[in-house]
Amino acid sequence: MATETDKKAPTRRRFVQGTLRTAVGAGACGLGLALFSAQSRSLPADALRPPGALPEDKFLSACVRCGLCVRACPYDTLKLADLAAGAAGGTPYFRARKIPCEMCDDIPCVKACPTGALDKGLTDISLSRMGVAVIVSRDTCLNLQGLRCDVCYRVCPAIDKAITLDQTHNRRTGKHAVFEPVVHPDACTGCGKCEKSCVLTEAAIKVLPVALAVGHQDVHYRRGWEEKSKAGRELVPGIIDLPDRLPELKP
Amino acid sequence: MSEQTRRDTMKLAAVAATAAAAGVTLPETAEAQVTRPDGIRWDKGVCRFCGTGCGVLVGVKGGKVVATQGDPDAPVNRGLNCIKGYFLSKIMYGEDRLTRPLLRMKNGKFDKTGDFTPITWSQAFEIMAEKWKAALKKSGPSAVGMFGSGQWTIWEGYAAAKLYKAGFRSNNLDPNARHCMASAVAGFMRTFGIDEPMGCYDDVEHADAFVLWGANMAEMHPILWSRLTDRRLTHEGCEVHVLSTFEHRSFELADNGMIFVPQTDLAILNYIANYIIQNGAVNEDFVKKHVAFAHTVEDIGYGLRPTHPLEVAAKNASHKAGQGGALDPAGMRDITFDQYKEQVAKYTLDYTAKLSGVEPEKLLRMAKLYADPKKKIVSYWTMGFNQHARGTWVNNLAYNIHLLTGKISEPGNGPFSLTGQPSACGTAREVGTFAHRLPADLVVTNPQHRAFSEKIWQLPEGTLPGNIGYHAVVQHRMLKDGKLNAYWVQCTNNMQTAPNMNGEGLPGYRNPDNFIVVSDPYPTVTAMAADLILPTAMWMEKEGAYGNAERRSQFWRQQVKPPGEARSDLWQVVEFSKYFKVEEVWPEELIAKKPEVRGKTLYDVLYANGAVNKFPLAELQQDFDNDESNAFGFYLQKGLFEEYAAFGRGHGHDLGPFELYHKARGLRWPVVDGKETLWRFREGYDPYVKAGEGVKFYGKPDGRARIIFCPYEPAAESPDKDYDMWLCTGRVLEHWHSGSMTRRVPELHRSYPTAQLFMHPDDAQQRGLRRGQSVKVITRRGEVLTRVETRGRNKMPVGLVFIPFFDEAQLVNKLTLDATCPISKETDFKKAACKVVPI
Amino acid sequence: MTARIPGRAAWAEHGFWSAHRYLILRRLSQLGVLALFLAGPLLGVWIVKGTLAASLTLEVMPLTDPFVVAQTLVARHWPEMTTFTGLGIVVAFYLVFGGRSYCAWVCPINPVTDLAAWLRRRLGVEKGWAMRRETRWLVALAVLTAAAATGTVAFELINPITLLYRAALFGTFAGLVVVVAVFAFDLVVARDGWCGHLCPVGTAYGLIGKATLLRVSARGRERCDDCLDCFAVCPEPHVIAPALRARAGGGPVIMSGDCTVCGRCIDVCPERVFGLAHRFDTRVDAAAPSPARPAAGQSEPAALEKA
Repeated sequence: MATETDKKAPTRRRFVQGTLRTAVGAGACGLGLALFSAQSRSLPADALRPPGALPEDKFLSACVRCGLCVRACPYDTLKLADLAAGAAGGTPYFRARKIPCEMCDDIPCVKACPTGALDKGLTDISLSRMGVAVIVSRDTCLNLQGLRCDVCYRVCPAIDKAITLDQTHNRRTGKHAVFEPVVHPDACTGCGKCEKSCVLTEAAIKVLPVALAVGHQDVHYRRGWEEKSKAGRELVPGIIDLPDRLPELKP
Repeated sequence: MSEQTRRDTMKLAAVAATAAAAGVTLPETAEAQVTRPDGIRWDKGVCRFCGTGCGVLVGVKGGKVVATQGDPDAPVNRGLNCIKGYFLSKIMYGEDRLTRPLLRMKNGKFDKTGDFTPITWSQAFEIMAEKWKAALKKSGPSAVGMFGSGQWTIWEGYAAAKLYKAGFRSNNLDPNARHCMASAVAGFMRTFGIDEPMGCYDDVEHADAFVLWGANMAEMHPILWSRLTDRRLTHEGCEVHVLSTFEHRSFELADNGMIFVPQTDLAILNYIANYIIQNGAVNEDFVKKHVAFAHTVEDIGYGLRPTHPLEVAAKNASHKAGQGGALDPAGMRDITFDQYKEQVAKYTLDYTAKLSGVEPEKLLRMAKLYADPKKKIVSYWTMGFNQHARGTWVNNLAYNIHLLTGKISEPGNGPFSLTGQPSACGTAREVGTFAHRLPADLVVTNPQHRAFSEKIWQLPEGTLPGNIGYHAVVQHRMLKDGKLNAYWVQCTNNMQTAPNMNGEGLPGYRNPDNFIVVSDPYPTVTAMAADLILPTAMWMEKEGAYGNAERRSQFWRQQVKPPGEARSDLWQVVEFSKYFKVEEVWPEELIAKKPEVRGKTLYDVLYANGAVNKFPLAELQQDFDNDESNAFGFYLQKGLFEEYAAFGRGHGHDLGPFELYHKARGLRWPVVDGKETLWRFREGYDPYVKAGEGVKFYGKPDGRARIIFCPYEPAAESPDKDYDMWLCTGRVLEHWHSGSMTRRVPELHRSYPTAQLFMHPDDAQQRGLRRGQSVKVITRRGEVLTRVETRGRNKMPVGLVFIPFFDEAQLVNKLTLDATCPISKETDFKKAACKVVPI
Repeated sequence: MTARIPGRAAWAEHGFWSAHRYLILRRLSQLGVLALFLAGPLLGVWIVKGTLAASLTLEVMPLTDPFVVAQTLVARHWPEMTTFTGLGIVVAFYLVFGGRSYCAWVCPINPVTDLAAWLRRRLGVEKGWAMRRETRWLVALAVLTAAAATGTVAFELINPITLLYRAALFGTFAGLVVVVAVFAFDLVVARDGWCGHLCPVGTAYGLIGKATLLRVSARGRERCDDCLDCFAVCPEPHVIAPALRARAGGGPVIMSGDCTVCGRCIDVCPERVFGLAHRFDTRVDAAAPSPARPAAGQSEPAALEKA
């Protein structure tokens, strides 16, 4: 019996070893995949997600990279990321400078998404947040030099809401105004029409992912004037102010 | 400091020292011409686009314009430009520049159905001369014609006017300014008896309020708008009122924005006059001294073909004038102030608000503004007024308001008609390129004016014809009807921009009886519809001069050579004149009056006449090309300018000496005693108003401007059940007119690649249309494919759509109606009835 | 060494068509599916949109890949109904038509690995690394763990199936690197290494295959002359023996979920032992060995059987 056991032992050991080896191999594969996919999570700053895309974290868990949104896009705006494109391989994205989002009223890309990676809750394209436009180069923006370009402003589908022209006196010429384009993140859909049409060789206005473009207002400090206007009254009522003593005016 | 720079500086200093020693003041521009260390030579120029007239500096290196900059010292723009001006250096270098004359040929011969084949310039002029002579022989001077431009340089327009009016004895010469500000011209002539604004851009910095009547200055006069905006920002209490048939970019600054039903501006203007009278705001002293009242002829039709039902129905339609009691549509009769008061009384606030659709409180606010004697107001307008079937009337009505209140001809107060082209004033108007005009406001119908012109031009008496020639719209009709057979188009893309393209323009050009020549730098729609294309030099490829909307004449020198065999319009016109012997174009009895012209060519009579060829080549600026002068052997531009200036000097149109303009950053005429004139008709500002006169409207023999009552009359075409929307056409900031230059600048093309149909979202929804959807816009004349835009720069009211005309892939003038103001003959591009259907 | 070429005997006996029927039909099926997808971008005829991960047929029928859904779920995204509808249709289909038949009839990687296997046989490449059969389960588990850990549909980054489809349909050609890697792996490292041992998509379909209706039956097993051609061509040779050898009194139907129902065994068997059947079909043909054919290739049955 002993000899039999001795004979069998190597077989079992071999089995256990083999299984272990396989498990370690598979585990290593899984780890590699996890690392690769973790690395692919960071979206390049100029790659924008389609309208209604879930936040990037959620989006990557939901998008199955089927390309149905790409097929639904009537303007050839959306592309699927190639392995080396920066965005996670196979996920849809667009580059505003190449082809911006034309903001279709019926949002066909969102309708086409089978998994909800593009949120069907988005029914008004004005509420989409593909990114936020930012004047990245005040030095080169023509309007900030006093010229009358404002192409970004006029192509904006949410003109006067997402981009306004802030007018100031041009002190150099003394008689012209400077029309500074100002982006309002609360109304900017990130469609990228502004970046696309910027006439400069390298656009002075670019659409960046919301996370990169927008700061966060801390909750530990409130803007008094905004709180007051929100409340429609002083937040602390009944505070009094005594009159100042001034030299009396003699008639 | 680098070695190079130091050496240059020393050289400059040496030049300055020498100049100082010689007692010469070196003009700033001479310094500007000096080549900089980077090898770029900078020289003074002017922007090629709108009527604002921004000064630019042009940088040349290696025979190419490599850069431009806004001239930081130019009074208009102080170094700024709009986005079109930013790309000036690229407009001459489109890939498809035409470099050789091209004739439609088959089997080596001209054939109307042939393909464009390169030929030589002499071949081109030979076939042109053959066709012109045949047309003249067959039907006389009325069979030849020319269509010019407010983008012609001053001497180009002048040379062309001379060739046609004196040489061919035909007044069938008209500029594209007919489509642009003919109504302003007619308005000025009727009210003041003299053309062009009394004020200038300096008004902006003096005004308390601005009213925009049919002018989207924010897009169409961007730099001027920048000044207006600055005034609004920096001057306490300054307000801006904007009127339009839809909400455009200028509404952004509006304190009082008003959207009115098309054509009802006539009523609104009368309402304001009524309010001023009813509320005792008439400046009685001013009115008593300087104004007389008149009543226009009514029911004047719409300038359509005489067979059109609207013309048949109109009592005083143009074609009926003088027959069966019908009056001249441009006519008016004198009335009293009380009669005037009675006429405008009908235009109450209620009536006007209802008719125009403008909220009464907004109308009232504007009326109060005009009535407030303490507010200085400038009223601006362009195509909303001028491209109007009652364009002359609305111009007159605007003057009425300023005349009633005396708010005119002083800093910050005045009506101001803006122009859309760089030399609408300087060329089209001032040198007399209209079918009814001679230089300096003279008209062909006045025998004294003709005699005066013949004297300056050294022509035998009776050379100049007294009949008004074919104007722009009639030219196309006559081409179609085969009555105008030899036709030359220069410096404009009229096939794309004239109304009712498929109804009149294209059939006219392609009529087998006709020979059409188009001079163009690029293969535009117009060029491609021609029989012979002549390649043209543009902008800095020739010495030029433009006159902007504030009477400012600006010169530039030729900076670079044109490509290939391209030649300037000026060279083409003058060279062509060599192909005609006087005997071939003038009748014997005319020649008999001046026998010494016998055997000479038109070139000898018109240009080598002792006046035009007076200045030798030695006067040319050294180190600069001047291809035309070198070709003909004398300083051609100077000769033409000085001969032309003789028309206006001493007659309220004084231009300074030629050289002065090469030194200055533009001068506002009348230039008298070395000074510019900023405000006309007012003592102290205008040299023609004598001490003690205060104000004098010297354009009229009695010195009084006319307040002309003109009623509200409906548009030529309004929406009905078949065509249920108003169609309005126009421009965008990024592109200039038909886009032949700006669409060849890749960056501008990218910024606005294709035209769209701006539409109210409700209108779109009602028709089942989505934003971006392809649609057909259909009128009684044709249809155009485009896409719906319900967002963006223009916010449309329900019932009105707007489409820009820059896109040659969407020829919107297939849709427009060729109705004109019967007085000014300017087309109404702003009002037609259309329907929009999905594809 | 002059190796016996599997299938030659069947070809000689039954003709080319009969000996390659399923192979040809499979290639047509694989190409046909791709063609349905390609008709849109190439010809503008939109029959099927999307990729094999998720698609929409004729604007109405969604289809979803089961393993993709599994990843989405472990990545903690609860997809929309469309996803589940598509999944339901796919699962129902393969419950009837053979589970891993997806691998043999639809998957575009199959021709790639088939080519590698064919080249291996032709070039006589050593069998190479023998991976254990349970590897595929461990790999699937590891991949799902990666998806869960990163919260992404991780495998789609490197899934050669959808990478190949995306390359063909969307022009993202860089993804083909993975396809080449799979080919190289199968050719050089391990025979049938990818499809048979690693691919988690196949593993998921194999799970469905455990209960699928359509099966291959060795109903003519009595005629088997042990030529071993079926073992030579089968990508999952271990599935044959239990049915063919009838050990432990088992039925003739190949019940393993690993069987891809490729039908190659049906093609190459000169004795026409195999045929399509449903899983409950227990019929076995009476023994009637073909007299016309001499026995052949009986030299190393045991060695091959072990494979």
